[in-house]
Amino acid sequence: MARTTEATGILGWIDERFPLLETWKAHMSEYYAPKNFNAWYYFGVLAMLVLVIQIVSGIFLTMHYKPDAELAFASVEYIMRDVPGGWFIRYMHSTGASAFFLVVYFHMFRGLMYGSYKGKRELIWLIGMVIYLALMAEAFMGYLLPWGQMSFWGAQVIINLFQTVPLIGDTLSLWIRGDFVISDPTLNRLFAFHVAAVPLILVALVFVHIVALHAVGSNNPDGIEIKKLKNEKGIPLDGVPFHPYYTVHDIPAIVVFLAVFFAIIFFAPEMGGYFLEFANFEPANPLKTPEHIAPVWYFTPFYTVLRAVTLSPFMGTLAMFGAIIMLFLLPWLDRNPIKSWRYRNTAHMLNLAIFAAIFIILGYLGVKAVTPEYKEMGVRMTEIYFLFFAVIFAHSNSAKPSRYLIWFLVLAGAVLVIDLIRYNPEDAANAEQVVWQWIWPIGYLAITLLLPFFLKSFNAEKAVPERVTS
Amino acid sequence: MSDSDSKTVDKKRRRMLIGATAAVGAVGTAAFAAPLLISWMPSARAKAAGAPVEVNISKIEPGQLVRVIWRGKPVWLIKRSKETLADLPSNNNLLADPDSNVEAQQPVYAKNTDRSIKPEMLVLIGICTHLGCSPTYRPELAAADMGASWKGGFYCPCHGSKFDLAGRVYKNVPAPTNLIVPPHFYKSDDVILVGEDGGAV
Repeated sequence: MARTTEATGILGWIDERFPLLETWKAHMSEYYAPKNFNAWYYFGVLAMLVLVIQIVSGIFLTMHYKPDAELAFASVEYIMRDVPGGWFIRYMHSTGASAFFLVVYFHMFRGLMYGSYKGKRELIWLIGMVIYLALMAEAFMGYLLPWGQMSFWGAQVIINLFQTVPLIGDTLSLWIRGDFVISDPTLNRLFAFHVAAVPLILVALVFVHIVALHAVGSNNPDGIEIKKLKNEKGIPLDGVPFHPYYTVHDIPAIVVFLAVFFAIIFFAPEMGGYFLEFANFEPANPLKTPEHIAPVWYFTPFYTVLRAVTLSPFMGTLAMFGAIIMLFLLPWLDRNPIKSWRYRNTAHMLNLAIFAAIFIILGYLGVKAVTPEYKEMGVRMTEIYFLFFAVIFAHSNSAKPSRYLIWFLVLAGAVLVIDLIRYNPEDAANAEQVVWQWIWPIGYLAITLLLPFFLKSFNAEKAVPERVTS
Repeated sequence: MSDSDSKTVDKKRRRMLIGATAAVGAVGTAAFAAPLLISWMPSARAKAAGAPVEVNISKIEPGQLVRVIWRGKPVWLIKRSKETLADLPSNNNLLADPDSNVEAQQPVYAKNTDRSIKPEMLVLIGICTHLGCSPTYRPELAAADMGASWKGGFYCPCHGSKFDLAGRVYKNVPAPTNLIVPPHFYKSDDVILVGEDGGAV
């Protein structure tokens, strides 16, 4: 029972046995993407490009690396000094890790701006968030492999997060480590995950992410469903075939990206200690924690959350994972039917802009040593991080601005209750900080909730056009 | 034309067979997973490395910190001066557990004001009780970055936890409990054995 196909020759032979043309059409030549994509829409394809770079460079690193606590550090130095071109492969891989998170963070913020998790796209968002989680696991495990000081103590902190779980924590962390301290068995099993298990999962998830996207269709900067208006052939009026339009359109972005990427590899592969931390040029020493320890930049926002919650270590761990879990819930928190922030009220735009700024500040605080000022600021920024999710929920319905006032009172009240619990006059340095840094969360709530309550212009939503603009 | 439409199909029997097959499959999966999961526990070799450690303390100067390894963890031995010991009670208001009431953090013979057998000799596991970093020894009084009330102690560079010179944790820091005093005893005036009580409990 041969398949019928329009193709002839070799292509026809294959197409009778495998849905080649059908797949090509569904995902490339007849996948209609909105014609109004802007620069924010480059980051998805760039993320895939970096995934390929990581897989290829990673395979070649594995050919020279030794996953053994005695040999690992030296084998990385061997790659850097003795393997022909080894430094280049390793710097591609280490710079690729940072580049991956950079493009993924832009990709995620794009989703926030244009409400890309709405309109039957919840699952795309959820799969994307699982990709992000897998990426974090992959990066953490990879960072242990050079077996430097930062590798060792970073892993010590992360694995001990599991020790904070009540009752089973000790056994759980022992089980993960395979020893009473981080040692050879730990290195070996994380190596197995890093090079085999997680990459397989990542590739599968990326595939599913795209299948789900192509089933529902891409969102766009206007947040308009282009499938609503179609011509007589059933082609969306505002759609263009992904190939050749967006494949060609993406090439200049890829060229620019690669130019920057290789400039970093050649001129600043350590990025001043942010891509490769200086403490990691010392072999792991279980007896001595480096003077100043911070994770790589892409983890620092969550690291600050972990440090900020001092109620108990388990609460700190919960807060850190909670900060990630909250992002999963966004499609169900932001219930406003308007997708793109272009047509939402000004308060919502400010809310997103502040959230992005807070994420960067949290990241900055995560690389800094703890002083009373920074410690309190970390707590306040953590508060705003979590308040954001309540505020985005409050912004779901702009027709009832009086609710903004109620939300303001409830959330500001919650902040004050937490302050009263934390305030300890005997600890003068911290008490002073608690008092004046109160301004951050209250100011945030005032901007996002009181402004639209008192000023109509901050609450006015705009009419969403029928067709995409520009 | 599907079978389920047909009246000849015994749906109850089919459901039972599907359930039974799934149950056998689940048992098989668990049996397959168990050896894989168990393989993660410490190996016999890892368990064997954990013997007590003998330390000669006769050459430790007042204020000096000596590190030894016991079970792969750093153990600190610190000789405290009389002034240091006299300063300890003045920290009490700033501490979360000044009287060492959390029992798991020290053997009973070290549940006292200075958390030691002989007051001048402090023995601690040098691992922060928060997430396992090794805190930095900061003995200097009123260090600029630690504040004027600092009487010397330990500062964890990972998350900013602070401990005094008896390993007692400050309030409002990530670490919840005092540093652990490992089991130890004096074999003679100059020799401490870390890792055993010598029948003191």
